[in-house]
Amino acid sequence: MATKSENSMKDKKILHKILVVDPRRCTGCEICESVCSFFHNEEFNPLNSRINRIRIEPIINNTFSCLSCYDPDCIKACQLLALSKDPETGLIRVDTNICDGCGACVRNCPFGAININVKERKAVVCDLCESTDEGEPQCVEYCPKGAIFVEEIDPEINEERFETLARILKRGFPDPEPGDIFN
Amino acid sequence: MVNAYTQVCVRIDLTTGTIKKEVLSEEFCKKYIGGYGFITKILWDESPVGIDPFDPRNPFIVAIGPFPGTIVPTSSKYAVGAKSPLSGRIGFGISSGSVGAQMRRAGYDMLIFTGKSPEPVFLFFDDDSIQLIPCKDTVWGKDTWETEEEIRNMFGDHRIAVMACGQAGEKLCKLACITNDRARQVGRSGMGAVMGSKNLKALAFRGTKSIQIAKPKEFIVKAKELIQLANGKDTIKYRDIGTPINMMVFNEIGVLPVKNFQTGYWDKADDISGETMREKWVVKKTGCSQCPIACDHLAGTKPDDPDWPNVVSSIDFESLYALGSVCLVNHFPALIKAIELCDRYGIDTMSGGTTIGWAMEAYEKGLITKKMLGDNPVYKKGLNWGDYHAMVQFVEDMCLRQTEAGDLCADGSRDAARKVGHNAERFSMEIKGLGIPGYELKGLTTASIGFAVSVRGACHLRSGSYGFDMKKKFDRRKYDELDKRGKALMGMENYLAVIDSLVVCKFTRGIYHRGIPEVAEVYEMVTGIPMSGDELEMAGTRIHDLAKCFNIRECRNEGIEPETEDTLPWRNFNEPNTDGPTKGWFNDEKGFREAIKQYYLAHDWDEHGIPTEKALKERGLEFVVGKL
Repeated sequence: MATKSENSMKDKKILHKILVVDPRRCTGCEICESVCSFFHNEEFNPLNSRINRIRIEPIINNTFSCLSCYDPDCIKACQLLALSKDPETGLIRVDTNICDGCGACVRNCPFGAININVKERKAVVCDLCESTDEGEPQCVEYCPKGAIFVEEIDPEINEERFETLARILKRGFPDPEPGDIFN
Repeated sequence: MVNAYTQVCVRIDLTTGTIKKEVLSEEFCKKYIGGYGFITKILWDESPVGIDPFDPRNPFIVAIGPFPGTIVPTSSKYAVGAKSPLSGRIGFGISSGSVGAQMRRAGYDMLIFTGKSPEPVFLFFDDDSIQLIPCKDTVWGKDTWETEEEIRNMFGDHRIAVMACGQAGEKLCKLACITNDRARQVGRSGMGAVMGSKNLKALAFRGTKSIQIAKPKEFIVKAKELIQLANGKDTIKYRDIGTPINMMVFNEIGVLPVKNFQTGYWDKADDISGETMREKWVVKKTGCSQCPIACDHLAGTKPDDPDWPNVVSSIDFESLYALGSVCLVNHFPALIKAIELCDRYGIDTMSGGTTIGWAMEAYEKGLITKKMLGDNPVYKKGLNWGDYHAMVQFVEDMCLRQTEAGDLCADGSRDAARKVGHNAERFSMEIKGLGIPGYELKGLTTASIGFAVSVRGACHLRSGSYGFDMKKKFDRRKYDELDKRGKALMGMENYLAVIDSLVVCKFTRGIYHRGIPEVAEVYEMVTGIPMSGDELEMAGTRIHDLAKCFNIRECRNEGIEPETEDTLPWRNFNEPNTDGPTKGWFNDEKGFREAIKQYYLAHDWDEHGIPTEKALKERGLEFVVGKL
């Protein structure tokens, strides 16, 4: 739960939207990945997806996408300066004219949230479907279990990102509607 | 241009290690759809008549349909086929998880294995590269879960899909299954043993190719509708409590197989019911790739369980009845453990459970002795009904062929009964060698017909025949309205042949509210191959008829009249249920035979179940004429 002082701080700051997944609801079905690749490239390929599912046997399912880091390692890793962070939205932009698909960003992202499109050889990272016709995150739209949420986070609390991640996962998710089914 | 299908078929001769790629024509894809259809056609064409299923020349086939890799609900499925070692008839099974989608992304529609590798190998399909990798020192001898993890680690990629046989398959245990993604199995008809007989431990797939479809704009809208339906009321049973909900429903009307099918009611059924499972044992529900349902109910034992702490396995009704009510085991942790062992060592829980049920009865009758059980202290009191410690140990003994009794039962109850003699076949509860699913047929007449005529042996999935009884479409005690029943079964068989060829999950069979025409529309959107509802229905009819013809050809070669195999175990006709709402019920043999005849006629076959020349020609099976 956010404390009073945290709430008052939020008023002054720009909040960035990111995708957050409730691991209780996520079943690991990979539909988000397929849908993501489809709406960006009109073909199905989870490797081109901006959201990535992980499964830790036997029972943990989750997904990761861009966490909108305060000081992103992917940008620092790019020697060609093809990546930048939009100060307003916090989204990582990829200049596809410059990106040569070297993969330095992929190797440096601590969350595995950035990929290289296997066909175009360009970096791909979650843009909350800004670049698609729909304009709204389609994984959220298609997820059959309603497990994916768009959350606003304060990018500046991101210095310790693993801690932040833990905080995001711990902050809790809205309880299911009566009749919703999940474990 | 054809979309979705890659039209690539690979032939692998394991004896020589030669690998050849072939093109599947558009016409072949349209006529046989995929999965079950492809397998049936290849088996008819290439399986030598009368061959021993463990002969290297018996083709082992893996095939997918048009949908894997797309978001058609439950599309990531694959089918496996070969002449079955358990039944000696057509053998095939279907599993899901990630294999179907990865096989498609790697660029393959069908794989045909023949021969026998001189040493244990597994194959790695890494996009266009196909590698035969010797594995005597790595994964051979390991269980399916270890194999999967080790292969993924070998290539440093957790997305690699692995389908493997366990130790049971290596030891040619005829009950052997193929496991992928831990909890998903090609369970029935002994396909794992066919892999073992070829020294083929596992197949691994990694695909990086994208899948394009013919009409993306229309499809994505339709797919959203289907995903919502698949997560709606049509599938609520599978998502909520899951298939174990059947336990109490069946018990109440006396059709739960109890004590090796001696009766249909058990006063302790609630101990292993779906409701109990949800309350006490389920730890998480997960889904296969591209599945909105997520029916996979993972149940875990408690950390302080005295026998088996912290075991997690995937529970379905069919596993619960077979290892539970059939063996009178009502201790849930024992069932979680037994199912885990079945999955890891690699045997079918259903055939395995019904075989243990048979073994318990054989022990009671003195046909299996204490000496045969070996000197493990767990058998101090023998192999008695409800002795859950003994049941779990016996699963291991069967999988590993460790004791005389385990070795005897490793090939299923039919083979075991034939070996011990003394009319032990009378209580061997199988049809064509395949253990009967969780439906006590003495209380379900339509199901008794559907199971008896099923091409791969006792099977609830060939026609969903129990549904007609459960939903009261027909009187479940009598053999009446035979004409209508025959037609109903025929319709469902042909429809499900389409579902199994596509391959999509039967749990989504209800989401296509307009039936086959709607399925045909989706097929056309994805592949671009023009397809009408009638054509698709005809494809189903063709595939089912061809599977039947395969069995007829094998029967005749052995000098058996095919219709004599479409029957029920002796117990069903001669020993009425002893207890519960169906007390005193049994299958009337005369009525049953008449019903079978009407079923044959509904298919446009003759009254002995042989497709007529006219029917064969109509269904595009001219090549069968004169070969039966």
